[in-house]
Amino acid sequence: MTTIQSVCAALPGLSEETLRRWLAQDWVRADGTAGQPAFAEIDVARVRLILELHTELEVEEPTLPLVLSLLDQLYATRAQLRLVLDSLDAPVREALAESLVR
Amino acid sequence: MAADPYTTLGVKKDATAAQIKTAYLKLAKKHHPDLNPGDSKAEEKFKAISAAHDLLGDAEKRARFDAGEIDAAGQPQAPQHPGGRQFYRGFADGEQSGRYSPGFGGGGGEGFQDMFADLFANARGGGRQQRDQPMRGQDQRYQLAVTFVEAALGASRRLTLPDGRTLDVTIPAGLESGQTLRLRGQGAAGWNGGPAGDALIEVDVADHPFFARDGDNIQLDLPVTAGEAALGAKVAVPTPAGPVNLSIPRHSDSGRQLRLRGRGIPAHAGRPAGDLYVTLRIVLGTPDETLERALAAYYDRQPLDPRAHMGVPVSETA
Repeated sequence: MTTIQSVCAALPGLSEETLRRWLAQDWVRADGTAGQPAFAEIDVARVRLILELHTELEVEEPTLPLVLSLLDQLYATRAQLRLVLDSLDAPVREALAESLVR
Repeated sequence: MAADPYTTLGVKKDATAAQIKTAYLKLAKKHHPDLNPGDSKAEEKFKAISAAHDLLGDAEKRARFDAGEIDAAGQPQAPQHPGGRQFYRGFADGEQSGRYSPGFGGGGGEGFQDMFADLFANARGGGRQQRDQPMRGQDQRYQLAVTFVEAALGASRRLTLPDGRTLDVTIPAGLESGQTLRLRGQGAAGWNGGPAGDALIEVDVADHPFFARDGDNIQLDLPVTAGEAALGAKVAVPTPAGPVNLSIPRHSDSGRQLRLRGRGIPAHAGRPAGDLYVTLRIVLGTPDETLERALAAYYDRQPLDPRAHMGVPVSETA
């Protein structure tokens, strides 16, 4: 777990104020309390991604929720697909893979 | 050994800073690993693109690279992309993936049943429902070639379709090439009692050997003899609707335009009939000795320089 101060210190160009705004908009989540949020590794990676989308790839703030929403759906779908594949027995998986290649 | 950064970004050696930035943004958006969780090569590509941009996006580093002082690999890693960086996708695709999943969680359980309910609704219920509903048939497109006169005056044509059906197509007067006629209900049949689609017929109007369309007017070049032009005559002129007589006034010259009112495209769609514009073209034929002598004698008496307004010397007699 990482404090908000450590996250901002590790990411040049990110102010605590901005990160608190992102938290309030639910673009990123944290454990802990509202006053002292505690960031897991996945949260820090997400903060870094949002910062990079915004400052380097020029995705404007009004567009960010759209991009994040689509990304979240993409990752959720991938997770579901993996679950489906994991639930299949090996022979079924192989048959499926074979029929998809065709 | 790192690749040439100019090649990586796809820019020329003399690209401007703005061009480099644009190329970088385009590639970085395309290959960002977190935007491409299923592409295992995206991370490698993104790192190469970032490294190339770190080098070329910095005027000082770029100058040193161009001067050969540092090579493509010789520059330090950018601070924001340390070698050991963990991209978001590593987590979002991993154990903690449920944290940001919308609706149903990626971690199984209740949400997952929702997803199955969703999938089956689409695969079965939804599909069957769609098949049971009345649906309009598809529109079908055909092409029809018509003559100039058919399009000008209007006509009725019978079209045989690939499936053996025949369609009677009414071509309205004044139709222009490329226009599409819609025959309601003559397309593919509907399903479950739904209405049939339409037949869309794109009409291609052929050129005419001597008529030309100009909106609702028609242009015609009319060959006349020198005698008809000089002495005046009454001649038969073709029009789309059949020949009509035209009086050529005495002393007409080549290029003179005469109008046959109302002999162009017939009145249609609330528009009045167009006119037929006849342009006289004098045809000499093959002169014999009599004509040659007469012409020579004539121009001796009446010198004429039809090119006087063009500022060229008067020609010498052959």
